[in-house]
Amino acid sequence: MAEERLTGYRRPDGRAGIRNHVVVLPVDDLSNAVAESVARAIPGTLAIPHPYGRLQFGADLELFFQTMIGTGANPNVAAAVVIGIEPAWTERIADGIAATGKPVAQFSIERHGDLRVLELAARRAAQLLQDASELTRVPVERGELVMSIKCGESDTTSGLGANPATSEAVDRHIAAGGTVIFGETTELTGGEHLIAQRCATDDVRKKFQAFFDGYFALVERTGANLLGSQPTQGNIRGGLSTIEEKALGNIQKTGTAPVVDALAPAERPARAGLNFMDTSCAAAEFITLTAAAGAVIHLFPTGQGNVVGHPVEPVIKISANPLTVATMSEHIDVDVSGLLQLEYGLAAAGDRLEHVIDRTVNGRLTCAEVLGHREFALTRLHPSA
Amino acid sequence: MPEPAYSPAPGGVDFLAHQRGDDVAVAVRDTGPGPASAAYLDCGDRFEIVARDAVPLGHKIALRDLAEREDVLEYGVLIGLTRAPVATGELVHTHNLRSARWQKSV
Repeated sequence: MAEERLTGYRRPDGRAGIRNHVVVLPVDDLSNAVAESVARAIPGTLAIPHPYGRLQFGADLELFFQTMIGTGANPNVAAAVVIGIEPAWTERIADGIAATGKPVAQFSIERHGDLRVLELAARRAAQLLQDASELTRVPVERGELVMSIKCGESDTTSGLGANPATSEAVDRHIAAGGTVIFGETTELTGGEHLIAQRCATDDVRKKFQAFFDGYFALVERTGANLLGSQPTQGNIRGGLSTIEEKALGNIQKTGTAPVVDALAPAERPARAGLNFMDTSCAAAEFITLTAAAGAVIHLFPTGQGNVVGHPVEPVIKISANPLTVATMSEHIDVDVSGLLQLEYGLAAAGDRLEHVIDRTVNGRLTCAEVLGHREFALTRLHPSA
Repeated sequence: MPEPAYSPAPGGVDFLAHQRGDDVAVAVRDTGPGPASAAYLDCGDRFEIVARDAVPLGHKIALRDLAEREDVLEYGVLIGLTRAPVATGELVHTHNLRSARWQKSV
């Protein structure tokens, strides 16, 4: 079922993307208004507003910079316009993106005002958009494409159908030399030993275990009852009863390859193969981190029907829940509900999914893209000063 | 908002268990109470079970009698502890099953 020819955009740093976005990236909450005005003035550019970027410090600030720079540097982005309230942090983000060799413009609001920045930034955005429109698709190898995987609003049908089907695609992608990022640290609770066993070396196992133990301790230290948060109310409505049951379903999507590295949030993978990343289990936060790490396509199995998308990383939804497939069809790219009635096996479900992955690589818009889902959620490590 | 009814295709089974030795099976369509068909996903073997409760799509029933605070296995791995005795065929969910790992999440 695999397409004979995959195409994408070759970026100046050599990486391959599957989309060709010109993004308008506000550095901080104060710059959202003008960034969104630029994107309205130049349709075809994409503003990525967010609520942070002020008075962050320490590790939280470093993750912020890494996430913003990584988003602009993502191979699905052709060019970026960066707008901040003041020039220093604006320059840091713009320079970080420009290190990939792609065109970047930067503007700051103080001593100019929104309206002057709007005119200058819109003129540059127009030029960058025209330039990007002349970039053409070229053949790319499957193994060059960095994929991320995370499920959401899972239920028991996820562990029975959508996640095992995703697992097939993950194994095939890694067999082709590709890189896959999974994470969801707390959502391994009860099955973390299964991931630890799959770590390729003792060093990777130690890194993984340290990430897991740290997040587990954070959750228990709060003294909070997480029923309704993790598992979510949607998980419980769908039949999942405990974090362990949810975790074991979650792990079903990771395939059978060894875990070659354990990454910090938003860290770019250095090794091909299956990479763990220390992340929240909230869908938009996760995909924001993996996109910042360079992932260009996301597989998202869902039970009850999470509708998440991302501004630059296309999200493919897979569901085995027949009720969700019937009632939320506009959100579901791949229906594998036949797995539950034993109508076909995992290899056939994997073929179905691979076919949609290949078409998505080649330009087919995902349901989330068509519906305008562009969730961008920055992970915070601690409060602002 | 009223929810549309889901009409399953004929054939197939009512419950799937991940593997032999699991203590619970998942309803893959709205079913019960009453006699129901089931299968193990790992080997494909089919079996019959009597559901004691109405079981919505995605929810679980016990495949054997479980005592209070007994380990419950799914995927061949511990998914939690019973809060109360559970009879074969009874619905298993947050009312009678709790996490064994997150001590505050009860």
